[in-house]
Amino acid sequence: MAIWLNNDTRLLVQGITGKEGGFHAIGCKEYGTQVVAGVTPGKGGQDFEGIPVFDSVHDARAKTEANATMIFVPPPFAADAIMEAADAGIELIVAITEGIPVRDMIKVKAFMEDKDCRLIGPNCPGLITPGQAKIGIMPGHIHKPGRIGVISRSGTLTYEAVWQLSNLDLGQSTCVGIGGDPVNGTSFIDVLSAFAEDDDTDGVIVIGEIGGSAEEDAAAWVKENYDRPVVGFIAGRTAPPGRRMGHAGAIVSGGKGTAEAKMEAMRDAGIRVVESPAELGSTMAAALAG
Amino acid sequence: MKIHEYQAKEILRRYGVPTPEGFVTDSPAEARRHCEELGGRCVVKAQIHAGGRGKGGGVKLAGSPDEAESHAEQILGMQLVTPQTGPEGQEVRKILVESAVDIAHEIYLAVTHDRDAGQPMIMASRAGGMNIEEVAEEDPDAIVRQHFDPHLGLLPFQARAVVGGLELTGTTAKQATKLLFGLAKAYVETDSSLAEINPLLITGAGDVLALDAKMTFDDNALFRHKDIAAMRDEAEENALEVEAGKFGLNYIKLDGTIGCMVNGAGLAMATMDIIKLYGAEPANFLDVGGSASQDAVKNAFRILVSDPSVSAVMINIFGGIARTDRIARGVVGAIEELGNVTLPVVVRLEGTNVEEGRRILEEADFDFIVAGHMADAAEKAVKAVGGAPAAGGA
Repeated sequence: MAIWLNNDTRLLVQGITGKEGGFHAIGCKEYGTQVVAGVTPGKGGQDFEGIPVFDSVHDARAKTEANATMIFVPPPFAADAIMEAADAGIELIVAITEGIPVRDMIKVKAFMEDKDCRLIGPNCPGLITPGQAKIGIMPGHIHKPGRIGVISRSGTLTYEAVWQLSNLDLGQSTCVGIGGDPVNGTSFIDVLSAFAEDDDTDGVIVIGEIGGSAEEDAAAWVKENYDRPVVGFIAGRTAPPGRRMGHAGAIVSGGKGTAEAKMEAMRDAGIRVVESPAELGSTMAAALAG
Repeated sequence: MKIHEYQAKEILRRYGVPTPEGFVTDSPAEARRHCEELGGRCVVKAQIHAGGRGKGGGVKLAGSPDEAESHAEQILGMQLVTPQTGPEGQEVRKILVESAVDIAHEIYLAVTHDRDAGQPMIMASRAGGMNIEEVAEEDPDAIVRQHFDPHLGLLPFQARAVVGGLELTGTTAKQATKLLFGLAKAYVETDSSLAEINPLLITGAGDVLALDAKMTFDDNALFRHKDIAAMRDEAEENALEVEAGKFGLNYIKLDGTIGCMVNGAGLAMATMDIIKLYGAEPANFLDVGGSASQDAVKNAFRILVSDPSVSAVMINIFGGIARTDRIARGVVGAIEELGNVTLPVVVRLEGTNVEEGRRILEEADFDFIVAGHMADAAEKAVKAVGGAPAAGGA
């Protein structure tokens, strides 16, 4: 088992005729994901490497029964693409696009409130259930099927954690990159709740960043609801206050959202907090060994 | 993106926010003339992006046109040091000459994005002019907070709640309500991330006036605000950061000695953290992007080593989509082009095509210090700058 994504998932790719979208659509397909459709308005009827292209998500869903989408649409049009997918009843929406304005995402969240679907991202690497399927831009080959869940706001730092796990022969059940934007779809708690209900996930690695209070909220949730091992890391201890470190998310202001505050909240919740990002894998191995 | 006070006031005036009458200039003679136009009394204010200008001598009251001219002479061209500039300060290139107004009371007022609520939030306090962070910490109840939906706009009852919380009455309350609607609308329509009036002045006659203003904008939304994008003042930014931006690199100058080059923001921050953990300080944050092209890497390396405070370089690349052989070629190419690199360069490559990447580094006409994993790289980089191995990790 795993969460949200498996080899039954039927994926469509919005922005499939773009350079990035096309490249990663093939990447997902080669990993084993069923990529059943592409959507680019105005290019319906075309074919991309054997994948049929439609003008709208509604069309694509009607013809192919797609139930998940991966979005590579450029930032000015990305919010509309997410809302189109939600309106078409796509259950799992993964927005890879980086650089969507905050105001657009507030609109998206309001639009999605009464829709029965899950948004992951934006500005995220996507998610992968190793050995089954991936929706995203992560390198598949560093992963290994197994029983550890990984949740992260970052991309390459997640790969680092996954790589450490795989080298210790600790495979992963599902790895979810929730993205670093100030307004996003899926929170740490959403992913943790799903892992808590998954009998095949024995422990979770949580990788946070400075800024906001999502990690503190997640820690409080773990304290109350989750008793399997959790290993945590917060990136940005050395980041100067008030400066943006790439992710819109990674900004500290007014003493709130500091790495220290987050690490303290995690420790208080019984999470094993590592100071060195090089020790994520070994700490999980030790935690599992009891 | 940040803008100057005079630009923020220009935008806010369009939304009906009253400000003192003022003129921007870079000449002391014009400062004198403007002071005359303003009735012979004025305030001369240095225009730099950093706050805390008054404390550093960048804001001065002039009782006469003569005095305005001499203040302007003194302020223009000075390296203004404030708590927000760093010790080297920021050169003042422009001043705002504004009419002097009598102050009865100062209020703090701002709109910013509240991540927890996922909505804009108005923050207001009767303790204006002071450091709002201190007020927030010592007396959180002294701050009125009001969320609003940016797509509905600020609603009348929400504005009334803020004005009531500030204990304003009569004509002052009326004027403040109108100002709040303007400020909220300006914040939403310009895709601001912060619109701050501190202080908002209540004059002896009970009128409200934005004495100082600060606006920053969501960089991701600048594509639909060409007029605001044009207000960017590159002279206010770090030259290396501006240069890096031209190549799509995310670079932030810091105070340490180890220059870092990493792909991805999270890994870049984690790399800075691990350097510190091993007893040294990072000289910068540099994210070459998750997919790091050969060209980006080349430019990144050039920018990195042009910082005189860098005495060793640590390259930490986890190649996923980015192929490590391309990264290696980019670094080797940059070193060949620069020709005179004598700094120790520690490289840690992992991921796609790593054998090929490592082979390129080994065969290059340069002695790279190759590291096996992240902790190893940090240890070697810290050693290269002569730092003591601290209580580091693994």
